[in-house]
Amino acid sequence: MFLAKSLTKLFDGLAAVQDVSFEIKQGEILAIIGPNGAGKSTLFNMMTGTFKPTSGLVFMDGHNITGLKPYRIVTKGMARTFQTTSLFDQLRVIDNLMIGYKWRTGLGFWNTLLHTPKWKAYQTEAFLRAMEILEFLGLTDKSEFFIPALSQEEQKRLAIGIAMMGKPRMLLLDEPTGGLIQEETDRITRLIQRIRDQGTTVCIIEHKMQMIMGLADRIVVLNYGKKIAEGSPEEIKSNQAVIEAYLGGEVHA
Amino acid sequence: MFTKPIHIKLFFLAVLIAALLLPLFISDAYMFQVVIMSILFAIATCAMNLIIGFTGQASLAHGAFFGIGAYGVAILTKAGVSFWLALPAAAVMAVLIGLPVGLISLRTRGHYFAIVTLCFGVIMWIVAGNWIELTGGENGIFGIAPPGDILVPLIGRIDFSSQAAQYYLALAFLLLTLWALYRIVYSVFGLTFMAVRNNEALADAVGINTFTTKLISFEAANFIAALAGGLYAIVIGAVSPSAAGYGLTFNFLIYLILGGIATLSGSVIGAFAIPILMESLQFLQDYQLLIFGALLVVVIIYFPMGFVGGLRRLNQIIADRRRRKKSEAVHVSG
Amino acid sequence: MELFLQQVFNGIMFGSTYAIVALGLTLVMGILNIPNFAHGHLYMLGGYVTYFFFATLGLGFWLSLLASMIILGMVGVVMERVVFRPLTGQPPINDFIAAIGSLVFLEAFALAVWGPQGLRITNPYPETFQFLGITMTVQRVLVIVAAAALIVGLHFFMKKTVLGATIEAVAQNREGAMLTGINVNRVSAITFAISTATAALAASFLSPIFMLSPSMGAILGMKAFIIVILGGLGSIPGAILGGYILGLIEALGGGYVSAAYKNVFAFGALILILSIKPTGLFGKKEA
Ligand SMILES: Nc1ncnc2c1ncn2[C@@H]1O[C@H](COP(=O)(O)OP(=O)(O)OP(=O)(O)O)[C@@H](O)[C@H]1O
Ligand SMILES: [Mg+2]
Repeated sequence: MFLAKSLTKLFDGLAAVQDVSFEIKQGEILAIIGPNGAGKSTLFNMMTGTFKPTSGLVFMDGHNITGLKPYRIVTKGMARTFQTTSLFDQLRVIDNLMIGYKWRTGLGFWNTLLHTPKWKAYQTEAFLRAMEILEFLGLTDKSEFFIPALSQEEQKRLAIGIAMMGKPRMLLLDEPTGGLIQEETDRITRLIQRIRDQGTTVCIIEHKMQMIMGLADRIVVLNYGKKIAEGSPEEIKSNQAVIEAYLGGEVHA
Repeated sequence: MFTKPIHIKLFFLAVLIAALLLPLFISDAYMFQVVIMSILFAIATCAMNLIIGFTGQASLAHGAFFGIGAYGVAILTKAGVSFWLALPAAAVMAVLIGLPVGLISLRTRGHYFAIVTLCFGVIMWIVAGNWIELTGGENGIFGIAPPGDILVPLIGRIDFSSQAAQYYLALAFLLLTLWALYRIVYSVFGLTFMAVRNNEALADAVGINTFTTKLISFEAANFIAALAGGLYAIVIGAVSPSAAGYGLTFNFLIYLILGGIATLSGSVIGAFAIPILMESLQFLQDYQLLIFGALLVVVIIYFPMGFVGGLRRLNQIIADRRRRKKSEAVHVSG
Repeated sequence: MELFLQQVFNGIMFGSTYAIVALGLTLVMGILNIPNFAHGHLYMLGGYVTYFFFATLGLGFWLSLLASMIILGMVGVVMERVVFRPLTGQPPINDFIAAIGSLVFLEAFALAVWGPQGLRITNPYPETFQFLGITMTVQRVLVIVAAAALIVGLHFFMKKTVLGATIEAVAQNREGAMLTGINVNRVSAITFAISTATAALAASFLSPIFMLSPSMGAILGMKAFIIVILGGLGSIPGAILGGYILGLIEALGGGYVSAAYKNVFAFGALILILSIKPTGLFGKKEA
């Protein structure tokens, strides 16, 4: 359903991502792994419109979405989270979620000012969807909390929840368990599995090998901005280039 | 989802009744004028709150849009247009002028946005002082007639030449502004404003067109500011460049911050309390502004969330203390 | 041609003042991240303090200038300590309000002490001479030369002294500097002092040319702000270049098109540049 074609991103002449192509299939969990600074987040940012690729193309369902702004790409069915947990930390949990549903509604200036019947319907719809997601995240009793009152893990859950509000068909998660302990990581892993079981395609960036080997259907490995391997967890585990990248590093430099 | 506790609702009702009865108790024409001005400033400050407080974009062109409203009404009524037509026309004019201003300035962020809008503000102020054929230059335009009578079903003919009538007119606009802002702020649509203020990158990533959101907020603020300016023109009966100046912007900003930013009541409280405070410092004469300036610094350091923010914190502290007492009581009994 | 050269000369002279004033502001804004909107009013105060020493006490011009710089430097230290340091960590708009409070205070102070009427100190170097067919006064040339000297001096200070390097380090990375044991508060105080003392210097040189008045700081402060933004927050070359550009735009726009709209050119130019390059001429990628 998703296709990246020869994506390249230069920062001041230095290639953060270089000629990377890959595909994401409907219903799978695809992991993107690689050492620090390999270009994973940069790749994500090109897929979601945050960065314009220096060259290369991005397709969703066969449509070219290269260069679209992030808020437009969301409407194509792709939602994302950020590496550093990104929330609306001045607002309550429920508000955070409802914002994520706005683009699906016709909740604009005039509707809101005049409280049209359409406004009422959409407002209720957004609220119900937020309740549904709260339930799914296990945060129902925290709906009125402000963000700083949540634990690290709850914040990470909420970040995923915000992305899910708009019913994306594909979810991009940038290190959703970064900084969490084993137990918490396991819980987030189960959450991601449940998301996939609902039929949402998942693309995930991770560092935690053990977790990713158990979770992913396929893995793409980046090193120094280049794709060095792609395959099933088993294939990746025994891939010579990957082992070198993770152990030696300097070999390719 | 977004309801206020009952005692706060009752309090607002009491304030409203007091506001409706106020003309019965004010005999001094000067004081009455001060009150009416406060209402108009409150309207403009509420509008500023929308763009600065809720959307997080420090627009410093606000006084200029107030001025466009004031000059618009002054020029149009002088040309024989009815006030009732001139007022909306001036407000629409502010929106039209605001469009290029917004399209250019909203490309910048933070300090940059503040400065670009300030530049627009200063330019409009200079134009107001120099385009003599249109604005009357430094002298401005005077002898602006009060609004013509209107016929209201059930009530009859209303004549707007009295202070009381103008007071009610201003009050009606303030209530209308608060009503509109209340609806916008307490809704999913309003949440998008706060989303832009709080985390623009995330707002973008969850499908909000942040530029358009900012532009709508900016233009809504300009529209309301111009309405306040238009009313100002007929209440004072004259306009001069100071009605479009950046000094006015700073005043609104002070009302906004000291009253309590991003709270609906804060803007109104600030717009009433500060002019009254200034009046009461009048006896200090030359030292009035000296004290005021120092006071401003002290308040922003010790009460950065303004009056309403301070109240909320006080409320929080009392609630915490009560909770602690309760849990202590449980300990003792248990 | 004569008119043109005369305007260019005036533009450079104005530009020199703008450059110095903006230089001080960009230090404070770039390094301490404080939008010190009262900077123009500190300039105004500097002018009055010079007046006090020169006209009231009868000290010589250069001695008055020095005294004014020292006093304003101290005012800067006090302001940083009392007004801005307690606001660390709060939204920038609060700094802005505090700055407005300060400028209201300073203007009221000048009004209370020196009154509303304009004051001028007698020109210590009133001689005029002709050069390339345009009239110059020694004082005006002095402004230009002094500005150039100050810019060069400041450059050496920033690049060649330990203190300068420390200030630069704090500007680049405040937390990092703190970790390496730099006393950030001291650096802030010193930066502020340099900023206000240079404003006093500019005011001292101009006080024989232009009337002093309590309200003169407002527009100048705004222009300094504009220049700083134009040049890119915290960029010293940006502030200098921006200062001269603004001076020239104003002089030429005012001379050839309309004197009343002189300021409109200045403010319009900023809008134009920022609409093309939203973070200024020398600005970092993101503000
Ligand atoms: N906005 C930017 N400007 C300049 N260089 C950048 C920018 N963003 C990333 N880079 C550089 O691009 C390279 C890849 O960074 P990226 O964040 O994509 O790595 P990553 O694989 O996500 O690493 P990590 O595992 O640490 O998150 C790095 O060398 C980084 O310094
Ligand atoms: Mg990353």
